[in-house]
Amino acid sequence: MSAFVLFAIVLVAAIVFWFIAAYNGLIALRNLTQNALKQIDVQLKRRHDLIPNLVQAVQGAMQFEKDTLQAVVEARNQAVKIAAGGSDLQNVAKTAAAETQLTGALGKLMAVVEAYPDLKATGNIGQLQEELTSTENKIGFARQLYNDTATQYNIRQQQFPTSIVAGFANALPAQLWEITDEGERSVPKVDLSMKPKG
Amino acid sequence: MLPDPSRPIDLFSQQATNRRRSRWLVAGFVLFFAWLGLGGDWLAWEFTKDRPAAQYHHSLPLFGLAMFAIGLGLVAYIRKTGADKVLWSTGAWQLINPVTPQEKVLDNVVQEMAIASGLPKPTIWIVDDPDPNAFTTGNDPAHAHIAVTSGLLATLNRDELEAVIAHEMGHVKNLDTQLMTMMAGLVGAVALISNGLGRIIFRGGFGDSGRGGGGGGGRGKGAPGPLVLVVLVIWVVSWILAPIITRLMAMGISRNREYLADAMSAQFTRNPLSLASALEKIESASEPSTSIKGGVAHLCIADPLGRHVNGLQGFVGDLLARHPPMAVRVARLKAMGYQAQKASGTFQPS
Repeated sequence: MSAFVLFAIVLVAAIVFWFIAAYNGLIALRNLTQNALKQIDVQLKRRHDLIPNLVQAVQGAMQFEKDTLQAVVEARNQAVKIAAGGSDLQNVAKTAAAETQLTGALGKLMAVVEAYPDLKATGNIGQLQEELTSTENKIGFARQLYNDTATQYNIRQQQFPTSIVAGFANALPAQLWEITDEGERSVPKVDLSMKPKG
Repeated sequence: MLPDPSRPIDLFSQQATNRRRSRWLVAGFVLFFAWLGLGGDWLAWEFTKDRPAAQYHHSLPLFGLAMFAIGLGLVAYIRKTGADKVLWSTGAWQLINPVTPQEKVLDNVVQEMAIASGLPKPTIWIVDDPDPNAFTTGNDPAHAHIAVTSGLLATLNRDELEAVIAHEMGHVKNLDTQLMTMMAGLVGAVALISNGLGRIIFRGGFGDSGRGGGGGGGRGKGAPGPLVLVVLVIWVVSWILAPIITRLMAMGISRNREYLADAMSAQFTRNPLSLASALEKIESASEPSTSIKGGVAHLCIADPLGRHVNGLQGFVGDLLARHPPMAVRVARLKAMGYQAQKASGTFQPS
């Protein structure tokens, strides 16, 4: 065998190995990203399940805040409906929008609860508040992890030379979970006038 | 700037380094045992090679093989029980059902950090000690244990507790915990063995070797040469030095890891200033710990014994100290935090 043929064989083998490694890397990252997305779903479901308890606990004392409670319940039901449709990497915007709405409504409700000191004094509410805070934190961290992992995945797909393998591996850019509604960034207004609304 | 999440601060190279170090540590430990055994074999061969043919000649490296097997067995045993021994030595108890509000907060915080770091939730342990501190132990990221002192729970607020837990999860994620637990186990095992041997040597249980050196001259061709005595001395000395060497090894590799774990905490929480304030509170706690002893010190977030050598920078500090100077850690975290604040426009000069 001449040296040239040997060299060609080694070169082809090296390219093949690189190809396999790049393909496997993309597959691994895609699975990690999907796992991170499922994590968010788990935490979101927790929040959906917590809300009926919370609404029931405060309902009795907050007769004048029917609007706020109503907003929370509606946002929650909407979010549950969209969650039932499942989520995939290329379309998280719908879920994100619904959940952002729910976060806004919940934020307003919790701010109003602060205005009822007797309500806070009962141990149940304090516990529910910690659960809710923790769930919000978990959603935030799960979202953070998902965005970090999805960014890694997107970078890897788009960088040369791995981009050559991306088509082979059916690698599509994953959508990041963004804060779409200005509502989540705004501070909820608290009405302490205690006047019956509507 | 906050650590760029798409290029996790050298995480992969740190993991690769730790895996490599773990392998070398185990290999070094077992080979050291084998070498000690082979030393014994060589000496036995020297003493018996000049005997008449009918008597026993030491030809097979039996000591070497035996010590090799013992070394392997020890490593397997340490891997299996190391983490539990560390927890037992500090008197920690496991938090299984959180009851008090503080315990519930701790449980929630650990769950949150498990999500943020992308790891399974570790088991939670509490050490009843007023000195605030925390450490992790475990064989791999899927089987990790986090321990905090009751002093830590009492001193820090929720954000600071979260930052400390995130720091520990950083150690778990970059495989420091794996390496450190193995090292704690090996150091303990070697110290025990050398203590036992020291007693044997200095009480004359090994006296045969001294007599054999002089008495052997009466039997065979001539006294075993001075070379044999030199090797014997080196062999005995190595038994005594072994624990010191392992301790040095244990120390030399911890410092930079703490900086990396601090940075990972900042990445997980996106809030470096909370870790900075937590470290300041921990540092200003006055008494050294009573429960967390020296053997576990290198696994903790802050040196539980409060040694001055930690304050040294430069070569001596890097060689002897297990933790970096607290002031430098706090300064780096504050720099990260203020830069992020400047970038987002919320910086308030005080």
